[in-house]
Amino acid sequence: MAAKSIISRPIYGTLSPQPGKHHLFIADAEGALAITDLAAKAPAGFFGDAHIIFIPGPDGKHVATLEALKPAQFYQGYSFASALPRLKQTLANAHMGLRLYLAGTEGLIGQAMQTALEAGIDHTSMQTEHRGSLARRMQCVHCKGITENVTTQPATCSHCGLLLLVRDHYSRRLAAFQGVCINAEDRSEIPPMEEIFR
Amino acid sequence: MGITFRKETFRDDFSFKNSPEHIRRFPFPFHEDSYMYAVNIEPHVVGPKGSVLENLIDVDEHYVAEMQDRALVLAEDPLRCQSLPHMTLAGWDLLELLMEQQALGYPEHFTLTREGDHWRWINRPLGIDDTFTFGDVSTLPYGPMEYITRQSQGDFCILDQRDGNLWMDAGMVTTQADWSLDFDIGMNFFEWHAPVPLAHEKGIFIRALKFLTNIQQGKPARRLNWTMTINPRLDTSPENYHKWGPDRTTVTPENVGDKVHLRVELQSFWRLPRSNGIVFPIRCYLIKMDELVTQPKWARRLHRVIRDLPEELATYKGLTRYRPTLVEWLSKLDDGSATSPGFGPD
Repeated sequence: MAAKSIISRPIYGTLSPQPGKHHLFIADAEGALAITDLAAKAPAGFFGDAHIIFIPGPDGKHVATLEALKPAQFYQGYSFASALPRLKQTLANAHMGLRLYLAGTEGLIGQAMQTALEAGIDHTSMQTEHRGSLARRMQCVHCKGITENVTTQPATCSHCGLLLLVRDHYSRRLAAFQGVCINAEDRSEIPPMEEIFR
Repeated sequence: MGITFRKETFRDDFSFKNSPEHIRRFPFPFHEDSYMYAVNIEPHVVGPKGSVLENLIDVDEHYVAEMQDRALVLAEDPLRCQSLPHMTLAGWDLLELLMEQQALGYPEHFTLTREGDHWRWINRPLGIDDTFTFGDVSTLPYGPMEYITRQSQGDFCILDQRDGNLWMDAGMVTTQADWSLDFDIGMNFFEWHAPVPLAHEKGIFIRALKFLTNIQQGKPARRLNWTMTINPRLDTSPENYHKWGPDRTTVTPENVGDKVHLRVELQSFWRLPRSNGIVFPIRCYLIKMDELVTQPKWARRLHRVIRDLPEELATYKGLTRYRPTLVEWLSKLDDGSATSPGFGPD
């Protein structure tokens, strides 16, 4: 975590069962554990109206645990991109009374929230819980390219190659932190790169 | 008597200058010999003749050159002008406001005639004579906000008001002091101000938001903000920071007077009648040190302000590299005598 943070930096909570007709969960990797923790507090039959979209981490863990909750629908995706068409359709067909629960890495929460915002859901109505990696999704303010899974400070833009300060300033619309050239004034200054978003 | 528009540039050879009359009318932002954030908002009412407040929307000798610079920025980076889908009505509100104000203040340069929804707009300095149907976007070459802000000095942010907050949902931003519309669009008042140091802790933004959400139609408000820019560059965007940032390393005791500019933003806040949004024009005025110090009071006061500026503010405003050189240069113009109260020159 960055030592000092600012108001635009997202704050995450703890998932809890909400009153609603349908419950849509989007999670990756250790985000599954936020869902099982919620399940322990949920009323009987809660998952009978639930749809879980889950993207396992590289270790492939937690799939069986989530299936054991017996949600009405369970989908295992290879990546957020592969899950996106399904998520968009689910949101487009949703009715009043749908509740949204996002859990896992910041990149997953951010991109799922971005999709839900585009579908007209207010961000304050979404439940979020951060689990797992602190890796950041970063937009380069110069070339506008998004670099995924940034773990270092500074970080190199994977598009234009500039060395970027990864700020805490965050855009929900872009689902990204802002990256700004760290040595714009004097390119010969190369600050050391530290791995701080793990 | 019309304005004589200067032929000048804000890039490459940087030929921008202020005439002696424009030096005298410069909106010097310091009313005392030190500076700290405050909610320095006051009613935006007409001020003295010959000042930048003579008209509520000021058009000056830099108008044509600024509009040419804006066109260059937009050709390079169209993302500097964006409007979320629900903001079109507010764009029409802004078009009406700017056409009315410019035609009112400068009838020799701008004429607006209206018959119902059929409008004719003549902009003589830019050679524009267009007729269009108010409210019908297909009758203009751009959306209403982009159309009129390509013809109006200053950046413009249109804020939607909902949930007791203001949301940056549209804007034309090409002359900014290092913030990105493309990144901040869609954010609320606290979020887009998040990177500003010290002011959150002082409760500045909570009070400012309360004031702004209560602005009434026909009762605009204003405040001044300031920073410094090396070379008279209007486009000091974060997008191009890697291009203009190196300028900050070029300040020497010999070139301070020509290179270092005080950059003042006259920010005003207007309630829009149809959309209930707020438009927030951010009008940028530049003055080089050589021009500013022709007014001895300003030279003495600026020396004291820059010398005593808290470190966080100096860093946020990007002054760190050249502050010692600037303070040393200004100190020679400060004999230590008292400065008179108020903003204006003696």
